[in-house]
Amino acid sequence: MNGKALPYLLLMPATLFLCVFFLYPFALVAFEAVTRDGAFTLDNFRTMAGSWKFPATVRNTLLLAAIVVPIQLAMALLMASVVSRLETGRSAALYIFAIPLGISDLAAGLIWLAIFDQSGFLNTLLSGLGIVDRPIMFLGYQSKLTIFIAVVLAEIWRATAIMMVILVAGMGLIPREYHEAAEVFGASPWKRFVRITLPLLRPSLQTAIILRVILAFEVFAVVAALGGTNLPVLMGETYNWQFTLQDRNVAAASALLILAISIGFTLFFLRVLRVPREARI
Amino acid sequence: MTNALKKLAGAALALSLAAGGAYAQQVLFWSTQARPVEETQKMRDQVLKGFDGPVDYQVAEDGPWLTRLQAELQAGSGTIGVLGGLHGDFSTVGANLVDLSAVDIGQAKVNEVYKKLGMLGTGEQKYLPWMQATFLMAANKQALQYLPAGVDLNKITYDQLIEWAKNIAENTGSPKLGFPAGPKGLKHRFFEGFLYPSYTGSMVTKFRSPEAETAWNKFKELWQYTNPNSTNYAFMQEPLLTGEVWIAFDHVARLADAFNQKPDDFVAFPAPAGPAGRGFMPVVAGVAIPMTSPDVDKAKALVAYMLKPETQIATLKATNFFPVIDVKLPDDMPASVKAFSVAIAAMTGAPDALPALLPMGLGDLGGKFNQIYSDSFERIVLGGEDVHGVLEEQAAALKAIIDQAKAPCWAPDKPSEGACPVE
Repeated sequence: MNGKALPYLLLMPATLFLCVFFLYPFALVAFEAVTRDGAFTLDNFRTMAGSWKFPATVRNTLLLAAIVVPIQLAMALLMASVVSRLETGRSAALYIFAIPLGISDLAAGLIWLAIFDQSGFLNTLLSGLGIVDRPIMFLGYQSKLTIFIAVVLAEIWRATAIMMVILVAGMGLIPREYHEAAEVFGASPWKRFVRITLPLLRPSLQTAIILRVILAFEVFAVVAALGGTNLPVLMGETYNWQFTLQDRNVAAASALLILAISIGFTLFFLRVLRVPREARI
Repeated sequence: MTNALKKLAGAALALSLAAGGAYAQQVLFWSTQARPVEETQKMRDQVLKGFDGPVDYQVAEDGPWLTRLQAELQAGSGTIGVLGGLHGDFSTVGANLVDLSAVDIGQAKVNEVYKKLGMLGTGEQKYLPWMQATFLMAANKQALQYLPAGVDLNKITYDQLIEWAKNIAENTGSPKLGFPAGPKGLKHRFFEGFLYPSYTGSMVTKFRSPEAETAWNKFKELWQYTNPNSTNYAFMQEPLLTGEVWIAFDHVARLADAFNQKPDDFVAFPAPAGPAGRGFMPVVAGVAIPMTSPDVDKAKALVAYMLKPETQIATLKATNFFPVIDVKLPDDMPASVKAFSVAIAAMTGAPDALPALLPMGLGDLGGKFNQIYSDSFERIVLGGEDVHGVLEEQAAALKAIIDQAKAPCWAPDKPSEGACPVE
């Protein structure tokens, strides 16, 4: 067999799979988003944007991403630095940090619901300590801020580990010589982190951030569990259009909007965190 | 040649007679009700066993149910003997149903309001009411001490309910009224079938009338004394059981557990009345006979059998749907049934009773129709937006949906030519 063709042949099944189960349905969804009863129209996007909930939906989704991702980035960097430095018990620490990754996002939402619920752990604790005399309602419709904070907490708890895993792998790729040389010249740990680790970590940072930002725009189950309809987000509205309102076309339009935002941010981070060819390790 | 044809025709006739003979004794009962498999089995084993002759009870989703019926009607001959379905299921095929006014139902006294619904606006009895469910109010007995003086629970009004809820909130320090206003709750049915009819006498036509504005303002008043956690409730039996809520509104099937687990703690009572009457949403199922029924006499006998008191009680046990005739329930019924049957009788039999039907003729736009009412609630009550402005906007959306479905008005709105108007 021709050696040159082999890699492509091996990629064939995966490519076919993607075409049939991703590209084809995607084309159908894109088609549905711009048609109604067979005729081309932008009405679906107009209907979506005209809904009274739409501005709040976009605002909530962007705000969530803007708050969750930077916090997670900082925490993931810290955790990754600690884990990389460990001599013993490194894998044990990695596994423990990664436990929330093994839990589905809905289950994660339910765990945090059990904490913040009116008859949940937090209220039991507070009344047990005598701080409150009757349960506080954290997740009611009047306390959108608390709902928001609860969602942020749940999201950080759930998905920081995925960034950490990528960053740990990236840190392992940085040659030790750079650090040793810096140490010889008397650079402080902070300086070594800022001047050596961060710049050399760029490719991993790029991957981690892009992955996390895309996930942030798809946030759904955690919000549904904690906020119900009190905190509308884009993905929740897409679900609503499809299943409650049974309008596939508008649901498709809404899905495309999420895709467009995701692509936009991906391109942005690809550009900002670009690593010049000659600077790659 | 002719001989051969004759023989062939004869053989075909003999065959069809033989086949017809085999089916003639068995009545096909084609139904959209009692679809969960245990309920279907109970219908066969417990309810229909007692009928004189075999009955084949078959269930289908609304769509396939109608498709097969229409196919048989178009073909001019069929195998379906008796139809079972909700009021809305029959409204599109009314012209093809046999008049049941001459069916002998013996001593059974059928609810007059429902019987009239069964005429589908014609002079004929298109279907006979078969069974019913609805929504009710339930209260923890602890709440009764705060009931304003002189209030009869069976005749309660919205103003009295507000006063009662206020009393409780002020005396216990926390709001204890509950609504199923969570994402999976049935709040839209409350606005469609209870609040709107009680204040406007309408569900659709007077959506943005001054009366509707009054209704929403009253509901806002009531909401002050409502547990804010209501936006998370789906089945009111749960907060009733935990004591988070003392007074609640919900579908009977979503209240039953509370009554069955703690029979002595709760009372059930009718939905409140407003200036236009005691609006309530009955879920009425009926039995009918299509014109193409193979054996109309046998089918009529089955219809009469369904309305016998014993059958009605067996049906209640099998499906949790209540009788539509006056019947004394035996003592071995679950506590929920005992409590609900009294409250339902008080509500449906009230002099100011104003039944509001489930939306019909909307097809797959039903979800959007409900969303209009849920959105109005979220914007007016939760979001605190201006009532008039919201109703104007939502009315436009409502009109678009009704026009798209070309759905004529249903009770309590007056019958319309073409799509139901939104004034």
